[in-house]
Amino acid sequence: MKLLYFAWLRQKIGKAEENLDVPDHVTEVGHLLDWLESLGPNYATALKERRAVKVAVNQDYVGLTHPVKAGDEVALFPPVTGG
Amino acid sequence: MIRVQTQDFDVGAELEQLAAGNHQVGGIASFIGLVRDIAPPGSGASSSMTLEHYPGMTEKRLAEIEAEAHRRWPLVSSLIIHRYGRLAPGDRIVLVATASSHREAALESCAFLIDWLKTEAPFWKLEEGPKGAHWVEAKTSDDARKTAWKK
Repeated sequence: MKLLYFAWLRQKIGKAEENLDVPDHVTEVGHLLDWLESLGPNYATALKERRAVKVAVNQDYVGLTHPVKAGDEVALFPPVTGG
Repeated sequence: MIRVQTQDFDVGAELEQLAAGNHQVGGIASFIGLVRDIAPPGSGASSSMTLEHYPGMTEKRLAEIEAEAHRRWPLVSSLIIHRYGRLAPGDRIVLVATASSHREAALESCAFLIDWLKTEAPFWKLEEGPKGAHWVEAKTSDDARKTAWKK
């Protein structure tokens, strides 16, 4: 699974992207965020305020119960501020 | 048309192009967003803004927003240009322009596009001023403006 991080999520996690083999029980966005939090203090800090974390799967906005699978592109980022 | 780019754009030339050769166009509406200086006036301090975006998803979302405007209003043409990278106060960030036979469609769809773009397109602003750098926070008033267009 390809993970992308933007803005302060990128800074707190310390990288812009990575490829991860996620465990079998991670089948939804919510599970993925829980599992990422367990990877280290940088992830836990970045994902602590869940309401501030938006998720896109394959470049579409999704909710916490949206399915995820190997091969997906999953992006985590704060609420957008363009324009 | 959608363009996501680092370089500046010529507003006059872009608006001219939007109606060029099409005499069905009776009016063009436009919105231009600029970088505001966050340093206090007269302080001598300087500020800058860096725009980050999600290549691929940005273009996809902008195209979807533009298509929605064309579904809702009888537009002849439309244009969204959004810059990214490091910008200085006064620099242009975004241009939204719509061309239609009549002014209501042009004006309303232009407002719709910038309101939706602000809450949907994956861009993030990092402001750097005299007190350091910080990520601009999303405003709930922007969400409210977007919701007002729901129907």
